[in-house]
Amino acid sequence: MDSALPPLAAYAARLGDDSLILGQRLGEWCGHAPALEVDLSLSNVALDLIGQATHFLGLAGAIEGAGRDADKLAFHRDVMDFSNCLLVEQPNGDFAQTIARQFLFSNYQALLFEQMAQVKDERFAPIAAKALKEVKYHATLASDWVVRLGDGTDESKTRMVAGLNWMWRFADELFVMDDVDAAAIANGAGVDKAALRAAWDARIDAVLAEATLARPAARRPIVGGRVGRHSEHLGHVLSAMQFLQRAYPGANW
Amino acid sequence: MNALHGPPAPSRASVVHSREAPAVHIRAILADVPDPEIPAVSVVDLGIVRDVSAERVLITPTYTGCPATHAIEQMIRTALDAGGFGDVAIETTLSPPWSTDWISDAGREKLRAYGIAPPPKGAGASALKNAQAAECPRCGSINTEEVSRFGSTPCKALWRCKACAEPFDRFKCH
Repeated sequence: MDSALPPLAAYAARLGDDSLILGQRLGEWCGHAPALEVDLSLSNVALDLIGQATHFLGLAGAIEGAGRDADKLAFHRDVMDFSNCLLVEQPNGDFAQTIARQFLFSNYQALLFEQMAQVKDERFAPIAAKALKEVKYHATLASDWVVRLGDGTDESKTRMVAGLNWMWRFADELFVMDDVDAAAIANGAGVDKAALRAAWDARIDAVLAEATLARPAARRPIVGGRVGRHSEHLGHVLSAMQFLQRAYPGANW
Repeated sequence: MNALHGPPAPSRASVVHSREAPAVHIRAILADVPDPEIPAVSVVDLGIVRDVSAERVLITPTYTGCPATHAIEQMIRTALDAGGFGDVAIETTLSPPWSTDWISDAGREKLRAYGIAPPPKGAGASALKNAQAAECPRCGSINTEEVSRFGSTPCKALWRCKACAEPFDRFKCH
């Protein structure tokens, strides 16, 4: 976590970092997806997420008040200053693994934004309300594919199960609360994420049942992304995403 | 709108005598600013322009990540400057969030004529469904199917007509 950021700015940065890193990950599929329609889908979801990131990181910079805008926060911070959850930085793997990640995340984000759209803070609520319409689409897309792959061929089912098993360890972190969340709630901007868990479980279980898949076995959750303890994967994501600004600081067109 | 009010005034000096007149002229100018991705419709047709006064134009993005957002703002700026409204500000708002219900009836007809099936009205109630069959903008058949929920821009889905066999874009209900 960027220790320089005041709590409400840190809260906005977490939201922005989740969207930014997942958007960058999905962008890696551009030109490589299994079918043109899927390529378009993943690119469109990536675009929505990067749009969210622009708003939330812009807000983080505005709250901080030190002259950093969304681009500055996206391209001029190092790994340990990023506060995204570990789920979004996980590698794409095969298409099923990518869908597993999207399925877990978009269903969480839809529940989160439904609540955030109602908060008092007039900066956070409009972004959440705007993004919610798009995120519902993402959740539907991912859920459809979980069913299609899970209830598909032996091969697609094997891959869908493997993808869910990979991502499952990172789901608990989505609902962890800490001082930054508490400060945001106290300021009328935050959401009680722990309280979203039951609704999330119900959504996930309903889709898994339709996909004829068992819920992955509970395992020791892996956490730490919110406070800057990341997997090796994030550094590689940043090395691609930040290359231009690192090689040519301040470049624009 | 443009037909009713004629071409924009050549200079601001001629229109500052009343409080309403500048806004009317600005609206006429904006009605000629095309959407950069779908040039058949204007930013007014799409409901991107939320409010117009003599001091400022209030716009809202369609999708949070729509890459046309900046282009739209620049095109509006250029049109205002050319119309003599260089000191009219452009402000952006996210709230309330843009909805396809704000696309005007004229805009819907222009979309159809351009080959894009317009979104059904009542987006709030059926925002996610899009399940209702789209009407083929070429032959009018509703014997159509969705090919891809995401299309060539964030605001469109890809459909196919089973009657005339043409693929077409459908403006997503949002």
